[in-house]
Amino acid sequence: MSEIRNFTLNFGPQHPAAHGVLRLILEMDGEVVQKADPHIGLLHRGTEKLAESKPFNQSIGYMDRLDYVSMMCNEHAYVMSIERLLGVAVPIRAQYIRVMFDEITRILNHLMWLGAHGIDIGAMTVFLYCFREREDLMDCYEAVSGARMHATYYRPGGVYRDLPTDMPKYQPSKFRTKKEIDRLNEARSGSLLDFIQDFTDRFPRCVDEYETLLTDNRIWKQRTVNIGIVTPERAKALSMTGPVLRGSGVLWDLRKHQPYEVYDQMDFDIPIGVNGDCYDRYLVRVEEMRQSNRIIRQCIEWLRKNPGPVMLDDHKIVPPRRVDMKGDMESLIHHFKLMTEGYSVPAGEVYAAVEAPKGEFGVWLVSDGANKPYRLKARAPGFAHLAAMDEMVRGHMLADVVAVIGTLDIVFGEIDR
Amino acid sequence: MSAFIDPVETVSPPSLTRLEALRLAVIELGGAAVSALPTVAGEVAFELTAAALITVCQSLRDDPRCAFDTLIDIAGIDYLTYGTDEWSTHQATASGFGRGVVGRDGGLSTADAKVDALTADRRFAVTYHLLSVRLNQRIRLRVYCSAGEPPMVDSIVDIWPGANWFEREAFDLFGIFFRGHPDLRRILTDYGFIGHPFRKDFPLSGHVEVRYDAAKGRVIYEPVSIEPRILVPKVIRDDVRYAPALHGTPAVSKPNV
Repeated sequence: MSEIRNFTLNFGPQHPAAHGVLRLILEMDGEVVQKADPHIGLLHRGTEKLAESKPFNQSIGYMDRLDYVSMMCNEHAYVMSIERLLGVAVPIRAQYIRVMFDEITRILNHLMWLGAHGIDIGAMTVFLYCFREREDLMDCYEAVSGARMHATYYRPGGVYRDLPTDMPKYQPSKFRTKKEIDRLNEARSGSLLDFIQDFTDRFPRCVDEYETLLTDNRIWKQRTVNIGIVTPERAKALSMTGPVLRGSGVLWDLRKHQPYEVYDQMDFDIPIGVNGDCYDRYLVRVEEMRQSNRIIRQCIEWLRKNPGPVMLDDHKIVPPRRVDMKGDMESLIHHFKLMTEGYSVPAGEVYAAVEAPKGEFGVWLVSDGANKPYRLKARAPGFAHLAAMDEMVRGHMLADVVAVIGTLDIVFGEIDR
Repeated sequence: MSAFIDPVETVSPPSLTRLEALRLAVIELGGAAVSALPTVAGEVAFELTAAALITVCQSLRDDPRCAFDTLIDIAGIDYLTYGTDEWSTHQATASGFGRGVVGRDGGLSTADAKVDALTADRRFAVTYHLLSVRLNQRIRLRVYCSAGEPPMVDSIVDIWPGANWFEREAFDLFGIFFRGHPDLRRILTDYGFIGHPFRKDFPLSGHVEVRYDAAKGRVIYEPVSIEPRILVPKVIRDDVRYAPALHGTPAVSKPNV
């Protein structure tokens, strides 16, 4: 009888189900995975080192490019760490705007995740549905910051500008009739808040649509139920956070337990799973979208009633307004100093974390009193999750590896940094 | 289906008295091996001696007052240039001019004081961020690595299995060896990479660049053609307005003391 040995399978780095540049070395016994060795770093750009070479404000844009499907949450952790070290407080309206956009970002991220996860496991339609709603949220990003993805909207001291009073509209073209344009522009006739309000009215029904396609779908359940089970104790020991931890039944959400900005004013629930498998994590994320929708509605209501400043009025940190610079010498000097040198942050270190859509995204910032960070470490939730992948896929079939990668919500921008 | 928990039942965020209780518990557990570090309000940070790392971490995880069940992060740091700025024009005139970096402590740039304290055995440190999901509290630990090359520190993989990749990352980027780590390989840098890129003496532009060589018909590595340059010089200013009182210690933290 011939000797039977395990064989090694290379998966990626260019594979549609690898969610980016993940290379897996799988040791297989037939179709059963014995060991998985993820090779990462193919998207390593040295973000943290780059940040050490630039004034604080110039690195905000790098944060967008870490987890590039939950852009503003990354910015949030970064600007929050600077604010804590500076010891400045952000205007209340800016805090509400941040919370609102954090939740818009969470929906953006979960839609991307749901679409990609669905397509990995064979559900094509849900991908198209998810991207339909993502488009509207991208428009919110664009309206507020001018960029559809890499917004650089949060700044130390607040947000870059107040919410716009009008939305960009579709222009007539030879590909669209007047009637179509009018229909598309209907929701865009008011302010950004009107547009978001309209979205939140529609969105719960959209989530119902995704659930109709997936939640009781036989194939979906066969592919996800009892796949990649993580016990609550193991999830904590493996540094898991966010929906992956909650999927295992651990009640832990920074928005509730260590509230930042105005999350303590918000009324929302935290869904948790029971079995800790891929299906529970799916249910948790879907419910999180509904809860985010609730939070956004509360923010809209508050923001409509309470106009006010969205940026700190302290020109040692925040650049003065352009018009002030025309007639005011001091404003001109402030602007010049901030643009050429930036502000210095007192020596010390701080760790600021936000509940990003994927889990706890934290920034450990060390300053030696200079105008640049001395050391910046971004704590990426996906990094810890991917590290646990080996344990999650052992004993599963090759096809389940794809389900597990999908359920961990892997994005290489943040893992490789 | 997912279960819902009423938000009222959640643990409240740590209050000041609870932070103080945690500090006292850590001092009791660690004894002479731990010393408190300056932090901003609401944080707890300690420095550990390298020898006590394993025992203190073990008790931080198992003691009911600490119960740090989750390791959030491990980060290396290189203190080589801590407190040194990049201005080269201090003595531009006979009397010199300070570029406005005069600090609140009588005109002496705090940078000078910090550099003196820097010695070889205080260059690399590892920082651990721990979280207790049960008690809703956090702590940050700092351990200096042993002197010499390579800098070494004990691995805590046996205490928190999640430490595995974080330690690999610190090894890759800083060259810190973790004694007892089961699989200490590079993780983020390229296959066959030489050096540890996050060290302060590693240039930002790196040492090699790659391009496709048409004559050889393959991708080749060659020394970088980029001149290293500083776009915005690092300058240290002690602005009293933004010096929040760090807890229980001088306003300027000296990590090398």
